[in-house]
Amino acid sequence: MERILFGDNQFFGVNHMSEEKARAQAMKFRDTAAIMRVLDQAYDAGIKVFMCTTHDRVGEIADIVRANPARYRDFEFYPCMPYAHKYANSVGEVGIIETLRRFAPGGIVETLIKGAISAVTQDTERLMQMLVDAELKRFAGAKTPIVFLQNVVTDLLLGLGMHDVLAMFARHVERKYGAEAGFITMNLPMLVGALERAGIERPIVCANVNKIGFRMCGGIEAYREVIGSGRCRPIAMSVLASGAIPPAEAIEWVCGMKGLQSIVFGASSKANIVQTKELIEQCWGTA
Amino acid sequence: MMRAGLIGVGKMGLSHYAILGAHPSVEVAAICDSAGYITSALRKHTGVETYKDYRKMLDEAHLDCVMVATPTSTHFEVASYALERGCHVFVEKPLCLEPEQSLALAELAKSRKLANQVGYHNRFIGTFRETRRLVRAGAIGDVYHVGGSAFGQVVIRPKSGSTWRSSRQEGGGCLHDYASHVVDLMNFVAGPPERVLGAQLRRIFSKDVEDAVYATLRYPEGASGQLETNWSDESYRKMSTTITVYGTRGKIVSDRQECRVFLRSGAEFERYTAGWTIRYITDLQSPVAYYLRGEEYSAQIDAFVHAVQAGSAEHENSFASAYETDRAIAMIAEKGGAGEGR
Repeated sequence: MERILFGDNQFFGVNHMSEEKARAQAMKFRDTAAIMRVLDQAYDAGIKVFMCTTHDRVGEIADIVRANPARYRDFEFYPCMPYAHKYANSVGEVGIIETLRRFAPGGIVETLIKGAISAVTQDTERLMQMLVDAELKRFAGAKTPIVFLQNVVTDLLLGLGMHDVLAMFARHVERKYGAEAGFITMNLPMLVGALERAGIERPIVCANVNKIGFRMCGGIEAYREVIGSGRCRPIAMSVLASGAIPPAEAIEWVCGMKGLQSIVFGASSKANIVQTKELIEQCWGTA
Repeated sequence: MMRAGLIGVGKMGLSHYAILGAHPSVEVAAICDSAGYITSALRKHTGVETYKDYRKMLDEAHLDCVMVATPTSTHFEVASYALERGCHVFVEKPLCLEPEQSLALAELAKSRKLANQVGYHNRFIGTFRETRRLVRAGAIGDVYHVGGSAFGQVVIRPKSGSTWRSSRQEGGGCLHDYASHVVDLMNFVAGPPERVLGAQLRRIFSKDVEDAVYATLRYPEGASGQLETNWSDESYRKMSTTITVYGTRGKIVSDRQECRVFLRSGAEFERYTAGWTIRYITDLQSPVAYYLRGEEYSAQIDAFVHAVQAGSAEHENSFASAYETDRAIAMIAEKGGAGEGR
């Protein structure tokens, strides 16, 4: 797994601190070329992984990367699925069953509803596979060595106690795509235990790790313990807590956490990309 | 362990299920929904007991509390049945379509000393709580205007909508399903309005219900209020709610992320200096033990669990406060001519 990963929140109007900032970014990155310019800057700075939501716009980026194999020889995607708002908005509009119909074509939903009592377990697995395949379609031919489940789904299944479905996801991406599964979460200590019980050893997990403990459920100490335990391969995200902590201070603190494997960060300018990367490398002593 | 039941396992029901499921002192013992596929999938994977008839579930499952996330038109009947059986009740917003029914539920819960909460989660967001605290403490002086708005993309094409949310009789439409959050937030911060001077319920894409609500309010002390909500605004990635409060000493503009306070010179208050002070959610939100879609969803359930444990009928977001919200909604509906062709 690469140690420094480039994230995508800044491209799609996500900012946990300011709706105004989020809106300004959504305007700045309204066309794919603007996103590609920043991605090129990150790639040229030596960051080879783009960890990104399976947003429709990312499909266009995958097209560009595929079409230029010489330029992007080492470029890898770590897709994170699903782009949840697509589903959430649809569920509000037409309900759960109709949403599944929209995004998992091929009559699977009818089969599910008819066979509801007889074989739900197999059906859930089949449905999950079809939804995953639909999300990964746009990445065909690009390198996707790790495929992540977004936190809203990981944490939903965690809370519902449907831990076997998390294991089904891991099996499917491994068998069909030769990829490892990753799990994004806001509840890292709780999740790692659940994944172990579902039979996933040393899972790849991605969670907020920041000095102020923002969205680190279970608390900083529980995070420090599970990250340092070697029981998982952790990636830190939201290290700046959306700007609540000054970069140098934030990164120094995160890099000091024993057991952390990677850091994912987003930035909108070359200067910020280079500065953040250098800070991480200095703290980790990998420069 | 507290035994919890769920009635209605749609979008909100699933969210409540996961939060309760992760709660250390709660066991989700039974769920009820008319859609057999969802409940049987949950039973297979989690072993939870499932029902199709909520009465049977409430009669048989020995529940301490129940979460009701069914269409609004059914809330009165379902919540009454649960309260009469001694169950603590959490109901999704809005409480009822008729304010009189909300009032009756509030009185029933109070007389039985049962926890009674409604899912207006904005009341558990740190920025909005701080706004209310500042207004109540008089930090911005006398309030003379309150603005509340929400925009998002729920209905963004014609003919969309095959669920109860697109049916007026069942409680669908932007006013009950979406604007209710803003009406409640304005009540939370400024208290309930006395009158609605004018309202427009606009259809944009829906056939049977409105997609936007615009209303002018009047508060008992003379302040004015303006409500603006539109769920057909595709320029917003997700629901974006803002409240602005104007006072004689300053103003506050708050959304989910930021609480921005402007105080006039000489009006300094606690850590808030003259001019702008911006406080972020990272600073204002208390942590939760389990996070799904926002701290507020977990915090409201923590508060409910706490009320159940304490056997308290008087707490944040009670039926009594939701009745005030339903009353304001009914006034807006009346002024906007809901039910008439528009």
